[in-house]
Amino acid sequence: MKYGVNEQGYYGDFGGAYVPEMLYPNVEELRQQYLKIIEEPDFKAEFDQLLKDYVGRPSPLYYAKRYSEKYGANIFLKREDLNHTGSHKINNAIGQILLAQRLGKKRIIAETGAGQHGVATATVCALKGIECVVYMGEIDMARQAPNVSRMKMLGAKVVPATSGSKTLKDATNEALRDWIANPVDTHYIIGSVVGPYPYPDMVARFQSIISFEAKKQLFEHTGKQLPEYVMACVGGGSNAMGMFYHFLDDESVRLIAVEAAGKGVGSGHSAATTFLGKEGVLHGSRTILMQTDDGQVVEPYSISAGLDYPGIGPQHAHLYKINRAQYTSVTDDEALQAGLLCCQLEGIIPAIESAHALAQLEKMKFKKDDNVIICLSGRGDKDLDTYIKYFNY
Amino acid sequence: MNRLNHLFATKKDNLLSIYYTAGYPEINTTVDIAEALEKAGADFLEIGFPYSDPVADGPTIQHSSQQALDNGMTLNVLFDQLKDLRKRVTIPILLMGYVNPIVQYGVELFCKKAAEVGVDGVIVPDLPMYEYETMYAKYFIDSSLSNIFLVTPQTSPDRIRKIDALSNSFIYLLSSSSITGGSLNVSDSIEAYYARVKAMQLNNPTIIGFGISDNATFKKACQYANGAIVGSKFVKLLGKDNYLDKIPAFVKSIKG
Repeated sequence: MKYGVNEQGYYGDFGGAYVPEMLYPNVEELRQQYLKIIEEPDFKAEFDQLLKDYVGRPSPLYYAKRYSEKYGANIFLKREDLNHTGSHKINNAIGQILLAQRLGKKRIIAETGAGQHGVATATVCALKGIECVVYMGEIDMARQAPNVSRMKMLGAKVVPATSGSKTLKDATNEALRDWIANPVDTHYIIGSVVGPYPYPDMVARFQSIISFEAKKQLFEHTGKQLPEYVMACVGGGSNAMGMFYHFLDDESVRLIAVEAAGKGVGSGHSAATTFLGKEGVLHGSRTILMQTDDGQVVEPYSISAGLDYPGIGPQHAHLYKINRAQYTSVTDDEALQAGLLCCQLEGIIPAIESAHALAQLEKMKFKKDDNVIICLSGRGDKDLDTYIKYFNY
Repeated sequence: MNRLNHLFATKKDNLLSIYYTAGYPEINTTVDIAEALEKAGADFLEIGFPYSDPVADGPTIQHSSQQALDNGMTLNVLFDQLKDLRKRVTIPILLMGYVNPIVQYGVELFCKKAAEVGVDGVIVPDLPMYEYETMYAKYFIDSSLSNIFLVTPQTSPDRIRKIDALSNSFIYLLSSSSITGGSLNVSDSIEAYYARVKAMQLNNPTIIGFGISDNATFKKACQYANGAIVGSKFVKLLGKDNYLDKIPAFVKSIKG
């Protein structure tokens, strides 16, 4: 793949494995094993079977008729919201739990922001009967209380991250510290295309099912091999990378990644990483991150907890730098309005994360016959409180 | 030959290094602490520069880092404070911190500045060997700065050999695979690991760190290595009133 990772774990200038020596053996074991394991027929068979029977894949590619009329193009929604546990996160969690089992790991740790990845991880651990510990920022635990309860019902232990800003980046720090202390029996299921190599590549492969299916489904709908546009929201960037993956080498397809501008890119309350960030090292990889001139990580802001991350995956940083994908941003207000519009035009309540991708439709200039695929990465049940407060329903 | 190499050439045993975070508990006492530690008998020092996301550190050093950042510590401030370091302190000094602040500062400029103020070496836990070798080693070498690598109980013998070949002052042996500030659990397997590394007869001296907190753990470490590093325990002392006055007794309690 032209835009894939090289042997040293880099995408152009970005990637690598910037981990302390204490984590080197863990990361090295994964690096040596991950491709071998996920190419095994036995692994593939179990992965495919679980995605089909347990997750409910393939997720539909839905032709959104009223959206299409409104925006003057053929708009298709890739319905990851219909997956078991309510988002694309389960694809990666299934892949990594099968990998962890084959590596002989007895304990799983994960970080979570909004709780979607934590719930997906707790779910697959219940499925496999493996001990599960999820780190979650103390502040996020308060604002996403239902997901904390879901994880507990699924048998996971939820540990509050009380350091730093007490949100996703600190939960990630705590998970890394746990992994340092438990290097032999524990696997760390990272939830996005971030972290030291091989995580960004591994998670992208597990999520690539999204574009693998979408490509075939588009052909069934339209008889066309390729769409004109593919769009997705980006926090760390796992749904976007899954949605872009099988279109990366098709240079005619315009890839559009939508970041969370929060209260506005210039407001000081934003998570628009490519607009506000600089190159540096975060959570084990060289990427683009929001930081001070002194190299301290800046706490981002978005109304959507899933996009509230100060960096992006290294492959995104590369696609941004070489202009293979276009990175744009929408505000909290634009996203919430787009979420409501989706309810009223299509009868789908989207996650606020996914609503960011939908909001970008307002800013596009399509031609009449353009085919546009948008990743609807998750459902909005978890966001009802936020929607209700915002619109006074 | 920098001060570190000179130290290891002249003193082989019971070397004591102390770690502390620059800017904690007060912004302007970095050199005062160094001076007091030298007078009290420390053999060399590691001065930490703070980072917002210190993944290899436990609660004590995390707290000191956050406090230092809140106090306004940055690399610019630190280099400014260290301008007259060598008028007051003669023992070797290492800087310790995470890679991102160095990348933002500029690795080449960081090395030049460090050498200019009289720093002898650098410990960057999250700068991997591959990136050091291929991108940054030239700047360290040009500035005669030693880069210190870490070895854990899980590091393979082949990798230890490679680290030995890339090192030019000492190797930092972690007493266990853990974050800073834990207790040194000298189990049989850890002793076997120390003994295994000792038997490799490496070219570089070794210093044991993480979990050294009193005379007993210091002496135990010195049986297997050339010396040991005390970090979290000293940072805790800095959190107390009149900490400068307490330094002589602290160093004595470790060295015995």
